[in-house]
Amino acid sequence: MTGRSRRTFLSYLVAAPTLAVATRAGADLLAPQQAGAVVPSLPAPADLVDLGDLFKLAGAPTAGMLVLTVGTDGAVRFRLPREEVGQGLTTAVAVLVAEELDLRPADVRVELDDARPELLFNQLTGSSNSVRSLYDPVRHTAATARARLVAAAAARWQLPTAGLTTAAGAVHAPDGRSAGYGSLATAAADPGLVVLGAAPKPASRHRLVGTPVNRIDARAMVTGAMEYTLDLDVPGAKPCVVRRPPTLGGTVVSVANTAAVRAMPGVLDVVTIPTGVAVVAETFGQALDARAALQVRWGPGPADQLSDEQVRAKLRAVNPPPLLPPLLTPYVDAEFDFAFVSHAPLETNGAVADVRDDRAEIWAGLKAPIVAQETIAAELGLPLSKVTVHVVQAGGSFGRRLFFDAALEAARVSKACRRPVRLMWTRVDDTRHGRMRPATHHRVRATYALGEVLSFEHRVAAVETDFRHGLGEIVTATAAKLPLGLGNATLAQTLFLTTVKSPYHFGLTTQALTEVPTGIPTGSWRSVYSANTRGAEEIVVDELAQRLGKDPYAFRRAFLKTDAQRAVLDKAAQEGRWGRPMPAGCAQGIAFHEEYKSRTACLVEIDTRDPGHVRVTRAVIAVDVGLPVNPRGLEAQMIGGLTDAVSTTLRAGLHLDKGLPLEGSYSQFHWATQRDAPREVRVFVLPATGDEPGGAGELGVPAAVGAIANAYARATGTKPRSFPLDFDVDFTPYPR
Amino acid sequence: MPSHTFTVNGRSVTVDAPDDLPLLWVLRDLLDVRGPKYGCGVDVCKACTSHLDGQDVRPCVVPVSACAGREVTTIEGLADGDRLHPVQEAWLELDVAQCGFCQPGQIMAAVALLRRTTEPTDEDIDAIANICRCGTYVRIREAIKAAAARM
Repeated sequence: MTGRSRRTFLSYLVAAPTLAVATRAGADLLAPQQAGAVVPSLPAPADLVDLGDLFKLAGAPTAGMLVLTVGTDGAVRFRLPREEVGQGLTTAVAVLVAEELDLRPADVRVELDDARPELLFNQLTGSSNSVRSLYDPVRHTAATARARLVAAAAARWQLPTAGLTTAAGAVHAPDGRSAGYGSLATAAADPGLVVLGAAPKPASRHRLVGTPVNRIDARAMVTGAMEYTLDLDVPGAKPCVVRRPPTLGGTVVSVANTAAVRAMPGVLDVVTIPTGVAVVAETFGQALDARAALQVRWGPGPADQLSDEQVRAKLRAVNPPPLLPPLLTPYVDAEFDFAFVSHAPLETNGAVADVRDDRAEIWAGLKAPIVAQETIAAELGLPLSKVTVHVVQAGGSFGRRLFFDAALEAARVSKACRRPVRLMWTRVDDTRHGRMRPATHHRVRATYALGEVLSFEHRVAAVETDFRHGLGEIVTATAAKLPLGLGNATLAQTLFLTTVKSPYHFGLTTQALTEVPTGIPTGSWRSVYSANTRGAEEIVVDELAQRLGKDPYAFRRAFLKTDAQRAVLDKAAQEGRWGRPMPAGCAQGIAFHEEYKSRTACLVEIDTRDPGHVRVTRAVIAVDVGLPVNPRGLEAQMIGGLTDAVSTTLRAGLHLDKGLPLEGSYSQFHWATQRDAPREVRVFVLPATGDEPGGAGELGVPAAVGAIANAYARATGTKPRSFPLDFDVDFTPYPR
Repeated sequence: MPSHTFTVNGRSVTVDAPDDLPLLWVLRDLLDVRGPKYGCGVDVCKACTSHLDGQDVRPCVVPVSACAGREVTTIEGLADGDRLHPVQEAWLELDVAQCGFCQPGQIMAAVALLRRTTEPTDEDIDAIANICRCGTYVRIREAIKAAAARM
């Protein structure tokens, strides 16, 4: 068990005609625990305080701005200062609210909050942090609302609150009387109401938390009623696409045929913006035709000559060699390369903007909406209060929507052409000009003797990850933009040190990051540094086991630090029937990962008999998140992490070629399809082992990367070193 | 501007549009039918999958002129009022969707498959090439089998 945080909460009434309750967090206490010993490794920073803890601390003073309201119609609404991108957060929050108010999750309306600058650090969706940071304050808020509703009923009936119960959206008295929440909403908002005992339920009385609940938004999704950004009906908003430069970050020098393009059918306007040339038209089809007809002279970008080869050479050059091992001490050495990877959410980057002389309104899928609002207001020369930024549920993110580039573009175009626009990135632009998971190079050296691992050293060199979204607001975003990248470099080291750690007692353990700025757009990609860093380490763990003549499962079991870790490893091994016979060319692989107070083990089976179509055929995952809020949603997150690993380990990556990725669409960026996905996936959510949830959104990726690579190694007798494993350019690139 | 008359989800529509304007933009931009999603525009991601006279097609590559006098069904036209199609029901039961963006296309592809065969094999399901970036494939597989069993 690793570090724990404890917080206290103060819930209070918000002045409103009907019941509105908010909650503020109090002081935090972090209490690290010591680890046990094989050849003991000192706790890494992430063992003591992880990034999620930091976000929880940073957001604590403003957690009070979480607001729950009950209307006279009985509708319970919770305004969520986070983004939903498919991770199931709104459902998890509905479960927490419904638990305290004795409702069904589907009765709770969870609405994504607009950008609210007063929330500072508390409106950033990332670092697997939402359920962790919201678990306590949401429950306190809902418990306070319930207490006020009960108190209002008690006052109305002249009864003590003690005998009153709540169920099905109403307060019930022992004598059979009942009052719906809606009928009590006004009375419950009375500041003079005496309210006692508003603590959340103890876990022993939970009837929803910990049970599988289906998504509250699923019906809208399967009927086509779900409205993503470009489905919104914003009056007068016209389709808009942008012609982008032939190299990343290239500039517009001139447009030769603006008038001719303006005269094309359906075209309403042609506008040059810093990132390209925008066309506004009656339909996207016409906008795309006009975009293709543009004749643009382009200026260079910051990395026009940069290709994979130079990137790899740079990374190798800056990555320090491992320390020399003591004379005669045996060791395992390994070097790994990971390619750039697109975030590739299925909903491409996009935004709707309606900019007027004195105000602006923006709609987009945004994980850091405050910094978006602050930047756009400054760009438009408007006071912050005149720029409304609506957070729209998005079709995936995987880290991409931490950035707000489409919203900024849409604002610029709308201002220039003086009309509302619906700006959409094409798929090819999204793949090529969108952000990427940085390419990385890894040097690992582990020394061993007499059956023990004496040291484990891992040097990571990475193309710089852009954290210039800051912690979601302008102050840290500005700090990240300090000259020479110093601010961003500091954030990068903080992120690395607070997320990456080894779960094993491998003696003297060193994990270090060196970043290389290149000028190309990057961004956090689900699990940030851990997918590659921990994935590579899990491969070395297998190679160490082999060198020591141990079974990969038994070896991990011996060197893991805690019983909780061994419990998930055992579960995956047992349920996955570790060691069962496999035909030649097929094999099992296993790996483990722990982060953000959660842990998982993944066992996969791979079939490499057709070298043209290597397939992960089966996967068994065990996961312990301390306290699972919605096991069905957690299972979905683990399945998603597995698919990320299947894709990026086997076939999906970007080739950087003279300042632009070669890949354009999914026919080239080979994301897994149904034929690549395992036909059998079983996820075992371990029962609660703690009293608060750990992070889960990114947890599934690293262990699955390790398991797939290890299975591949065992099936083929090779040592996987470069990812994705099958990375030929098997397509004709789209023209630049 | 040429005029095109066809049926969308049981309703007759007439639109003025260039012959080669892809059906996807006719639906989304001219008719406000926005269930079919843009994901690539070149019949690769298949997020826009809909039906033309009952066959699954990708509206991003179907010119509007090819639809004259024919019947277009999008995800919005699949349910019978409030009564969902068995495939939609299965999707809800198995809690398939994550971000949900590809799911209208996945569902329309699954419905088309179940029209071709009442007992889809794993190989049949493997042949559905619709991209799900969230990686919900195993639940899609289970949902198709559950829907097939029910139908």
